[in-house]
Amino acid sequence: MSDSIRICIVGCGAVGSLFAANLAGLDDVEVLAYDVNQEHVDAINANGLRLSGAGEAVGLLSATTDAGSLPQCDFGLVTTKALHTASAMQATAHAFADGAVATVQNGIGNEEIIAEYVARVIRGTTFPAGKIIEPGHVQWDVKGGTILGPFEPKPAQYADVEWLADAFTRAGMPTNAVADARGPQWRKVIFNAATNPVGALTGLTHGRVCEDPPLRQFVSGLVDEGKAVAAAQEIQLDADPEDLIDHAAKPEVAYEHKASMLQDVEAKRQTEVDFLNGGITRVGERLGVATPLNAAVWSLIRGVERSWRQDGPGASNMNETDGG
Amino acid sequence: MPKRVWVVGAGAIGSLIAGHLAQLSEVGVLVRRQEHADALNANGLRISGKSQLHAQVLAAVEPAQLPAPDLVIIATKAAQVAEASRLLASQAKDATVMTVQNGLGAETLVTSEGDWPVISGVTFMSGTRHGDTHVEYELDTPTWIGPYAAAPAERAMVTAVAELFVESGLRAEAFDDLLPVQWSKLIFNATVNTVSALTELPHVGLFARRGEVSDLGHLVHDLVEEGRRVAESAGVELHDDPWEMNALAVSRGETDEGDYAHVPSMLTDVRAHQHTEVDFISGSIVREAARCGVEAPLHAAMYRMVKAREASWNGPEDWRV
Repeated sequence: MSDSIRICIVGCGAVGSLFAANLAGLDDVEVLAYDVNQEHVDAINANGLRLSGAGEAVGLLSATTDAGSLPQCDFGLVTTKALHTASAMQATAHAFADGAVATVQNGIGNEEIIAEYVARVIRGTTFPAGKIIEPGHVQWDVKGGTILGPFEPKPAQYADVEWLADAFTRAGMPTNAVADARGPQWRKVIFNAATNPVGALTGLTHGRVCEDPPLRQFVSGLVDEGKAVAAAQEIQLDADPEDLIDHAAKPEVAYEHKASMLQDVEAKRQTEVDFLNGGITRVGERLGVATPLNAAVWSLIRGVERSWRQDGPGASNMNETDGG
Repeated sequence: MPKRVWVVGAGAIGSLIAGHLAQLSEVGVLVRRQEHADALNANGLRISGKSQLHAQVLAAVEPAQLPAPDLVIIATKAAQVAEASRLLASQAKDATVMTVQNGLGAETLVTSEGDWPVISGVTFMSGTRHGDTHVEYELDTPTWIGPYAAAPAERAMVTAVAELFVESGLRAEAFDDLLPVQWSKLIFNATVNTVSALTELPHVGLFARRGEVSDLGHLVHDLVEEGRRVAESAGVELHDDPWEMNALAVSRGETDEGDYAHVPSMLTDVRAHQHTEVDFISGSIVREAARCGVEAPLHAAMYRMVKAREASWNGPEDWRV
């Protein structure tokens, strides 16, 4: 297939794997995956990438931990955690010298980072979710749509955005190409920024956060600030994040779901808060929109991350690192 | 000066008070556990750190086992003040009662159980219990006391209690109106303790740092300012600036072991999955804000998140199942 289009998944975690395995089923696409997890990469190369749960697939594709070995690609799809965007792009940018790079990551600021490395960028948001249950095997928890649009400061050709959206859709990941993808992106950012840190700080599942009325009111306070920052940028949200929050709280949807940030905190992994509440706060500050509640939870989660560097109760030498 | 003093509750603060006051007064200690009382009666109470003392006290679990006091100092957690006050009804009905709990509202719990004259107390000292009969005196900061307006102790009694504290080796000062002091401490605790409980950070220098936008010092400062606005609308002018108290607390605190960061009691409770005192601390600010018709969104948020954290240790409410 000399005319097949080459797509490289940058960061083949749970969400990246959903795209990689499904896209591998298309005849006109060659899928590559770059990831730093050697076991996962080895398993993919040996047995293919397997999805089970909401959808079943085994994708045959070539995975690597060696970014230098990547050939020139037509498209990149960045699906790392937001805090790894810069290092992933630094490693892989050479493969996209003539290509366009899309992101469907969480948070605000990923497109700007990617645009520091490549010329043509596609903004995106995706709603499906899953988790890696063993190397080479991902459980597909929730199906959902994806929205792609050109990143205006360094846009990809709209025809390329449409081609990619069509390929995702044909692969079983329904995707819309739109001129301005900021509305869905901010809806998801506001949803995540209002629910993730509250779950992480309280230890409660999404459903239990929502059934505590004063706590649910605090979540709405976070949502309102996010909406104000979106409005100041003249972004039209495609739907109300409140509806998404209430929908997710239903027992049959995600009542028992622990927010990914709560999972990160329980595992003492650095969170995406800088790109969620931090992103809302930074944009708000630039535009003169006050976001005291988002700023508060941003600093609290940063404090939680900081606490893992303490030796324990009343750890010594605390003032050496914290003073001044 | 009160000759016979009861201390109810022998946690860190109660033990520090009992051990010191026993240098000059006859001190009875009321505790919940018989083995705690037995240990105190057998071994006395040892204080290390800023004071080096070994005190003889008379400890009991029943008030009837102790001779009637002139002064009762309730040093339990806020949630146990009502229960502690009920214990005093017969044996200590002629005493003056003093509270030293964090937050607001302990005095009301006392006066709803009897018509004692009451001394409000706010203590800034801290210590660590190393067992039932040994407490380490860490921060030798003062205890401030004053007559409780709704059931005031006599001025002479307040002064005498302050003198007893000072002469037994503690720092203390008597005030005519303690509310400005209580509110300063209230705002300090509502800020530092909740931030500590939610981040699981001890009271470290980051609490006073305001370099990066995401540094915790900004939140601490905003919580202090919001608390100050609630105090002002309640007609209270603060005695101390809680932000300065915060900055001072993280800049000192050396013990003999070198650098030291205080672990606020609310963090200790969170680590142990125990109910915190947040209802008396942040809850007081939120209730006062509602009473005065002012907004306190940050304190309300901290309050709800700490309450939710407590709820997370238990399963969902039964009615859902």
